[in-house]
Amino acid sequence: MANMNPKRNEMPTQDPLVRAHNFDEVALGYTEAQAIDEANRCLSCKNMPCVAGCPVKIHIPAFIEKIKEGDFEGAYGIIAKSSSLPAVCGRVCPQEVQCESKCVRGIKGESVGIGRLERFVADWHNTFVADDPVRPAQNGHRVAVVGSGPSGLTCAGDLAKRGFDVTVFEALHTAGGVLVYGIPEFRLPKAIVAKEVETLKKLGVKIETNVVIGKTLTVDELFDQGFEAVFIGSGAGLPNFMGIPGEGLCGVYSANEFLTRSNLMKAYLDAPHTPVMKGGRVAVVGGGNVAMDAARTALRLGAEKVFIVYRRSEEELPARREEVEHAKEEGIEFCLLTNPTEILGYHNPDDPRDPKNGFVTGMRCVRMELGEPDERGRRRPVEIPNSAFEMALDTVVMSIGTSPNPLIKATTDGLTVNARGGIVVNEDGLTSRPAVYAGGDAVTGAATVISAMGAGKTAAKAIADALLDA
Amino acid sequence: MYQIKKKKILNPTVVELHVEAPLVANKARPGQFIILRVDEDGERIPLTVAGTDKEKGTVKIIYQIVGATTKKLSAKEEGDTLQDFVGPLGVPTHLDGLQNVCIVGGGVGCAIALPIAEALHEMGARVTSIIGFRSRDLLILEDEFRAASCTLRVMTDDGSYGEKGNVTLPLKEMLEGGERFDAVITIGPLVMMKFVTLTAKPYGVPVTVSMNPIMIDGTGMCGGCRLTLNVDGKKITKFACVDGPDFNGYEVDFDEAMARGRMYGAFERHAYEETCNLYKKEVQ
Repeated sequence: MANMNPKRNEMPTQDPLVRAHNFDEVALGYTEAQAIDEANRCLSCKNMPCVAGCPVKIHIPAFIEKIKEGDFEGAYGIIAKSSSLPAVCGRVCPQEVQCESKCVRGIKGESVGIGRLERFVADWHNTFVADDPVRPAQNGHRVAVVGSGPSGLTCAGDLAKRGFDVTVFEALHTAGGVLVYGIPEFRLPKAIVAKEVETLKKLGVKIETNVVIGKTLTVDELFDQGFEAVFIGSGAGLPNFMGIPGEGLCGVYSANEFLTRSNLMKAYLDAPHTPVMKGGRVAVVGGGNVAMDAARTALRLGAEKVFIVYRRSEEELPARREEVEHAKEEGIEFCLLTNPTEILGYHNPDDPRDPKNGFVTGMRCVRMELGEPDERGRRRPVEIPNSAFEMALDTVVMSIGTSPNPLIKATTDGLTVNARGGIVVNEDGLTSRPAVYAGGDAVTGAATVISAMGAGKTAAKAIADALLDA
Repeated sequence: MYQIKKKKILNPTVVELHVEAPLVANKARPGQFIILRVDEDGERIPLTVAGTDKEKGTVKIIYQIVGATTKKLSAKEEGDTLQDFVGPLGVPTHLDGLQNVCIVGGGVGCAIALPIAEALHEMGARVTSIIGFRSRDLLILEDEFRAASCTLRVMTDDGSYGEKGNVTLPLKEMLEGGERFDAVITIGPLVMMKFVTLTAKPYGVPVTVSMNPIMIDGTGMCGGCRLTLNVDGKKITKFACVDGPDFNGYEVDFDEAMARGRMYGAFERHAYEETCNLYKKEVQ
């Protein structure tokens, strides 16, 4: 009997005022009873609109059916067929614009909490099932994967499940890419990423850290070593800055640097080896998910006050609704329709050795209003004359996107990139070079974890087809 | 893990290590750098490659003990291992076509300048080297520089060895005397590179400086190593890890780079003292 409650089961979360001061996960996850109750809201539609909304095509009604039966491991088995990182996706996918946006229950009420159920199933498996995944029979084909972020891990996992001998090359000292350096602990605990990486290793995937493809080895050398195909999932790369005066001051970070210091380098610990500026007044410039992550990290690092500074209005904020709500609950102030024009710094003309010299003291901004829509239909922000004002600040975090990393392009002959530096691929993820595939932010520029995973999956299928047919 | 094959103390604060890292040894060229972590949870520090031995698969690094991480690194002995060692990063120093070059090194920067001098010498270029140190105790690599240079000038701040004064003195004297270098390549403290650049400017000699800002990933992801260049009256942001570490000295905003280098000064001093205390306790 379906549960016809128009409202979904609320996700239990840590109290906002408590969580604003710790790095523990914000969302606590469904209990078994909540999960079964939520699963019963699914009508098991025959035409499965939700699956069409999933970039990796998880058989959603089937796994929810298993939850209804209380067969959580059965549900995990179904998800694992399509997704290599279920515990990650259940947490960071924007389900509200993917599977859940297609859910029939969403027409008159709230859609089924598919993401929450996926997370429940993955966590249940990780807690209660110690079985190693079965390592498939090897087919003898070797594939190299560049980058161990979501696209690379997905591609590696899918290929390993089909018997390929896969080696992942990671530039940093820890596998996981943006899942470990970018997304904070309170949204995606690092132990979960490590667990998913362990699962892939048990499937036979080899991970070589400290290898920068384009520097330590080139794509051509990977072929020389006997790899028959290469997947490039090297991520987005260089952070953008606004080009306003003062961006070189001490206390100005890119979101990538700020988050990397806190996440990968553990600057949030009491006695860290890698420092980050903590406390004081912090402004994060930008309105995406990364900006929300940076703002909420700053708060947890002990900031007195954290501002999001965004030049458009609330409606245009590119971040997930849920992240914006969480940020507001925690006390982050949104300065909307506001654009920085200069970052101000301390300068003592009488004492060049004053230790405060060169540090941020504030930011000059102007107020904006929304004008005519641009070519993409978004209303263009226009400066309001004579609206300049100053904010007193200690730290500024620029979170206004990234440009593709030049390393691989510069060392791989014949690899075509577009005007923005993204690697050009066809619908299978194949680049302009034979047997070289690419996906994720290296192709699209900054996007979501799940779209990168979708690209990794597409490429894995194409690589398998190409190598097994040959 | 990356094993230390050889360790040599060059002076009381400068140490030379040969680390087994065959992939890096195979690729590294003068001017490039590596990033290492001494142990789990340690910070990532960039150090410029001072030489390689492709056959043994080792990379030579020379560093000065200045903070907590280099202190910990100096406690490692031959046979010990380092947690991480990645590279070669950055763009190699551009040497093609150079025939008459002045190399100006300061302090531990001389360790990085040496492979460049050697490479130029091997190419058949005329190499003039000026190396400077605070005092005689801190002198390193004099014989090696002599072997790679047509002319060598050794300077000390206090005059305890060689000539007394800054490295800019002989540079100015040579340029004044009509010396026409194709390029001046300078590696050392920021303030020294700034004044080498200013010294060369009136003579129109191209100056290449090797920047060594604070870095984390070193692969063009975090943007922490950015510096401002003034190019044709316009300020542009560049990243030392992927665009450098070498830059045109006339374009670099040295004052900003120096301020950025001091960003974590208080933290670093504290961490250094803590590390020293830990080692003292161990000894007791």
